[in-house]
Amino acid sequence: MDIIVCIKQVPDTTEVKIDRKTNTLIREGIPNVINPFDKNAVEEALRLREKYGGKVIVISMGPPHAQEALRETIAMGADEAILLSDKAFAGADTLATSYTLAMAIKKLGSFDLVICGKQAIDGDTAQVGPELGEMLDISQVAYVCKISIEDGKAIVERVIEDGYELMEVTLPFLMTVTKEINEPRHASLRGVLKAKKKEIPIWGVKELGINEDKVGLNGSATQVIKIFSPPPREGTRMIEGTIEEMIQELVGNLKKRKVI
Amino acid sequence: MESIKILDNCTGCKKCLKTCPISAIVIVDKKAQILEHCNLCAACVSSCELEAIKIKRIEGKSTIKINDYQGIWVFAEQREEKIQNVVYELLGEGRRLADKLWVNLSAVLIGNNMESNCARLIAFGADKVYLVENSLLKDYQGNVYTRIMVELINQYKPEIVLMGATSIGRAFAPRVAAKLSTGLTADCTSLDITEERQLAQTRPAFGGNIMATILCNNYRPVMATVRPKVMKKKEEDQNRKGEIIKIFPDVKEEDLKVKILKIVKELESKVNLEEAEIIVSGGRGIREPKNFALLEELAATLGGVVGASRATVDAGWISHYHQVGQTGKTVCPKLYIACGISGAIQHLVGMQTSQCIVAINKDPNAPIFQIADYGIVGDVLEAVPLLTKSLKEML
Ligand SMILES: Cc1cc2nc3c(=O)[nH]c(=O)nc-3n(C[C@H](O)[C@H](O)[C@H](O)COP(=O)(O)OP(=O)(O)OC[C@H]3O[C@@H](n4cnc5c(N)ncnc54)[C@H](O)[C@@H]3O)c2cc1C
Ligand SMILES: Nc1ncnc2c1ncn2[C@@H]1O[C@H](COP(=O)(O)O)[C@@H](O)[C@H]1O
Repeated sequence: MDIIVCIKQVPDTTEVKIDRKTNTLIREGIPNVINPFDKNAVEEALRLREKYGGKVIVISMGPPHAQEALRETIAMGADEAILLSDKAFAGADTLATSYTLAMAIKKLGSFDLVICGKQAIDGDTAQVGPELGEMLDISQVAYVCKISIEDGKAIVERVIEDGYELMEVTLPFLMTVTKEINEPRHASLRGVLKAKKKEIPIWGVKELGINEDKVGLNGSATQVIKIFSPPPREGTRMIEGTIEEMIQELVGNLKKRKVI
Repeated sequence: MESIKILDNCTGCKKCLKTCPISAIVIVDKKAQILEHCNLCAACVSSCELEAIKIKRIEGKSTIKINDYQGIWVFAEQREEKIQNVVYELLGEGRRLADKLWVNLSAVLIGNNMESNCARLIAFGADKVYLVENSLLKDYQGNVYTRIMVELINQYKPEIVLMGATSIGRAFAPRVAAKLSTGLTADCTSLDITEERQLAQTRPAFGGNIMATILCNNYRPVMATVRPKVMKKKEEDQNRKGEIIKIFPDVKEEDLKVKILKIVKELESKVNLEEAEIIVSGGRGIREPKNFALLEELAATLGGVVGASRATVDAGWISHYHQVGQTGKTVCPKLYIACGISGAIQHLVGMQTSQCIVAINKDPNAPIFQIADYGIVGDVLEAVPLLTKSLKEML
């Protein structure tokens, strides 16, 4: 059972604060972490390997410091990690990102399963997983919260608005996972030591043998033309008085605003 | 960085510094300088009044002839033969855009036994309905739905394709976009047509704390998803006339690469938070799981549903279907009542676009008050029953 996991390094939003006066993010000194859903992806890969044997290879496209995120997955127990990093990859939208990931996976050769997180918490698009599945031309299921495998077939549960779909899919395929699927493990001390010494190859356009105009900014179909702060909400009205008075005033206000 | 340049007319005014999400700009000798870790997100470009920041881009080679593409399509998502509400909202928005562009608006309805729904799609704004039917298409089937949609788009060449950002739309749209090698913008909160006839797509980024406007000039169709309840429906007009184009694709059992064995509805199928008009949400401040009953009662009185913070879900007080926030659901109801929720940023990003927010918390410094419209400092266990009572008397 050879499994490829795609992870992204993102700013740790628990550390992000908002300056309510200017309505901008205070970003100084925000550490980077593995996208939380991608930790679930790594964890699930490790669990499947423990059951069925095989190898877990983790890949990430990002700047050189994304290596730290990959090292962390080695410490958790992954076998190999590869960083896709090149100046030409900068400015990639989901189309260019999934293309780059697909080319790396094709270079790796055969696999039984590709796992992505449900979405990355910086961009929040949830697009890279499904796009990657198409580019690899394999079956796929998004939002998986449970999986079991038997005889080359997987039974998965896919989360939908009001329940779940129980599905059967033949390997190889790609899935994106939600946080309900598992509780990611912490790295062991042995893992941390192993990760320190681990060689993490870096692949760029040359290693992947691909054309610069299909990656990064050049390969992106979409272009950000403007970034702005959302209009600030009107200030809060703190209601005062005894609890009964406050409730009366609240109800009056809600009625006036026609929200009830 | 070769792809991004600061021109000589830069005066070092520092305006661009604030716009950079990753602090990759510094001022050296009264001139901006771009650091190595710049990821070319272009956030800074529009901040410069002197237009001194230039991003060089070799346009990707799309073989597509832009002018061959015309018209707007809305994917008419159905589940269990019921058209989803977001479809009518998209038709309302699609109609507005189509009128600006002077083109047709079409709905694409894939399913089985759906013909009786076409009139309603037309009444809500569609000029045409592409009705694709086969008994194997009853439920969303990623593989064949993708194949069919791609074929239809290649044949009829719409310039814009809109889908709801639902569990189906968010899985389906990227598959179609990837097969067509075109751009897709997720979770748009506003759409508009520029003077150059391009679709300007605005969406929240970094958890809703900044907004980004995105174009897709050189690829077609331009694709976007929109969350439920963001766009407005038009009035239903039974007299509107439209055309129905029936398509009967050849689908075989073995084409369905993923077999649906069963669709399971959890008992609490009432908790469709994304579609709810009113949400009463509980956090750790309600103290005990049984107190969710108080919130249930308030929600029932208002005709709303119950939401929850992650802390209560993690503690096992309520199922994860109720969770609002970054790792839960993103909601935008008319009224959101946060009861005993501190307002951690991961919670706020899931609900801060609600039209009206009420916060009840005993800590006057709780961050939830910073985004609330009405704040009540007090004990939820006292306030909620009183609120329910006073609403019951009134309604
Ligand atoms: C990667 C990541 C993702 C996350 N995703 C989410 C997410 O999707 N959704 C989410 O909600 N959280 C999420 N969180 C967790 C988030 O950071 C907070 O921990 C969580 O939202 C806190 O929940 P809470 O407000 O219920 O609890 P607390 O922070 O403990 O707040 C309880 C509040 O209740 C008030 N209170 C106590 N007693 C009373 C009383 N009797 N009457 C009135 N008020 C009272 C207190 O003053 C306090 O403000 C995430 C965290 C991480 C790291
Ligand atoms: N740069 C990247 N490198 C590796 N995997 C990625 C990258 N970007 C996104 N992914 C994967 O795709 C998922 C969805 O990301 P997104 O579409 O950005 O929300 C993530 O959870 C990752 O598994």
